Amino acid sequence: MDLNTLIQILDSTIRLATPLLLACLAGLFSERAGVFDIGLEAKMLVAAFFSAAVAALTGSVWLGLLAGIAASLIFALIHGIASITFRGDQLISGVALNFLASGMTVLIARDWFNQGGRTPALIDGGRFQPVELPFAEALQGVPVLGPVYNELLSGHTILTYVAFAMVPLTWYILFRTRFGLRLRAVGENPAAVDTAGVSVVRLRYSAVLIAGVLCGIAGAYLATGLAAGFVKDMTAGRGFIALAALIFAKWRPWYAMGACLLFGLLDAIGNRYQSIELLGIAVPGQFMQALPYILTVVILAGFVGKAIPPRAGGAAYVKER
Amino acid sequence: MTLMQKFLGATAGLALSAGAALAEPGLIIDLGGKFDKSFNESAYNGAQNWVETTGGEYMETELASEAQREQTMRRMAERGANPIVVLGFANASTLEKIAPDYPDVSFAIIDMVVDQPNVQSIVFSEHEGSYLVGVLAAMASKTGAVSFVGGMDVPLIRKFACGYAQGAKAANPEIKVIQNMTGTTPSAWNDPVKGGELTKAQISQGSDVVYAAAGGTGVGVLQTAKDEGILSIGVDSNQNYLHPGSVLTSMTKRVDNAVQTVFTAGADGFTPGITVMSLENDGVGYAMDEHNEELITEDMIAAVEDAKAKILSGEITVHDYTSDDSCPVQ
Repeated sequence: MDLNTLIQILDSTIRLATPLLLACLAGLFSERAGVFDIGLEAKMLVAAFFSAAVAALTGSVWLGLLAGIAASLIFALIHGIASITFRGDQLISGVALNFLASGMTVLIARDWFNQGGRTPALIDGGRFQPVELPFAEALQGVPVLGPVYNELLSGHTILTYVAFAMVPLTWYILFRTRFGLRLRAVGENPAAVDTAGVSVVRLRYSAVLIAGVLCGIAGAYLATGLAAGFVKDMTAGRGFIALAALIFAKWRPWYAMGACLLFGLLDAIGNRYQSIELLGIAVPGQFMQALPYILTVVILAGFVGKAIPPRAGGAAYVKER
Repeated sequence: MTLMQKFLGATAGLALSAGAALAEPGLIIDLGGKFDKSFNESAYNGAQNWVETTGGEYMETELASEAQREQTMRRMAERGANPIVVLGFANASTLEKIAPDYPDVSFAIIDMVVDQPNVQSIVFSEHEGSYLVGVLAAMASKTGAVSFVGGMDVPLIRKFACGYAQGAKAANPEIKVIQNMTGTTPSAWNDPVKGGELTKAQISQGSDVVYAAAGGTGVGVLQTAKDEGILSIGVDSNQNYLHPGSVLTSMTKRVDNAVQTVFTAGADGFTPGITVMSLENDGVGYAMDEHNEELITEDMIAAVEDAKAKILSGEITVHDYTSDDSCPVQ
């Protein structure tokens, strides 16, 4: 494998990992605060639809992004109301949202655009364009470093850089700020937080809403960054892979980035080679697609270290009387 | 209770009178949706053509989920539609079960063979149409590599891929044909992002013409081809207009003609058994219009028409993947 091929595969890895990373960090905030969120898929899907729809109608990708984030926030709010305020089952609320998003987006798309549940293809102003990093052209000639900088790091859409910048930011917020400490505490022992006079409900809502914003960006990236429009169910299970990555990363931001890049890499290799020779055995591409889930099960089963979720996760907080 | 009985009686009466009237044909639109710019839209257009030419009426429902197939088919049969057209290979097992329950109703299924006395199975020679676009692709390619993106990995899609590869190799024996399937689950039909990534991976391996037979995933393939400045080939409906100047041609599959023919024949002229829509009866072909005329040279037209004539005369036999689940060329 030459350098060029390697760069192309890694380039594809970054593109494929970006939506996973955003959704994974969304899940990280939510679950660290004790609210399980299997509705990541739903939020990405509504965001993908509304960002594409608004971008198609207005011709502005930025308005599209805002609309996507707004739609995702509304879904996050529904999840919050159902599982925090009314103390419903967090998993059931998430499943319900997934169904709602899948049906609602197609229904609205048919009504608005009459194209079988799609949005019209977005033209130039309606899509995020690649960003050329400074000196990308000038450094082209430098061996190894030049192509790596020019092909691999430069030329992604702005949302990709946002996603990767979110990793240190998430780490800082969670582990170096008062808000982050409280957020983590609320996922471990909400009663203690409550005793200290901090509102459990407000903290959990803020976590869920942050997740909404991140999922909104992820959805907009899919529809207006990678693709050029919305197609029904276009998230194609990425929300669930993000959850798998979250477990794989044991709910830590830097590991989340590693997990998403690994899953993206597996996907990119699967796209590039239909089958791979490993130690004389031809491994089919489908195996690469299944590998993220297999790895997650291995981690969950405790073979490679133990994945311990936030202790208060999944349970609604009931104040003692 | 009496009220209930009255209602039931009235409904039964209505049902009887409906059955006595001349039966209307029925069309069940499949999961892709009526305006999918492809397969289902083509069927819908066929039904509309029939309405325009005959002035008749027909019944139509659209599936919303996989689980509704049986219920929808039964409902359609009980409402008195005859013949009933169902679209797509995914209906086969359901129809196999339902058809014997309604021996007086004629069914037609597109893209699959169901062996029942009251079922007409309409299959298309996609391998022949794909062969022709393969010839065009190989001639349009400057890099010596062309590629294929399939949707879900099923024999039907392999049939497209195999015909395409044979056509490309026939036009240029040296050509490299890169093939990728999007996935193994139904979500592979609706993943334009992955379609785009596959296309980019194929471009980096040298491909400069990509053929998509992948439903909604194909939208992403055609888009990426345009963004990256290579040529693409659409499928089912004529998709040349989607990106004029970038879509080389489309492998058309005249589902509209098939639906119109079944509707026109009606319940009386119904012919059970297998109907093959091939090059011979213009069931498949390649699309030419004002959007791609600049991309296709006269040499290419001559070559593809020559290939078509040879297939029709039997001089060239295009191997059908579904006949033995294997492809002679890679």
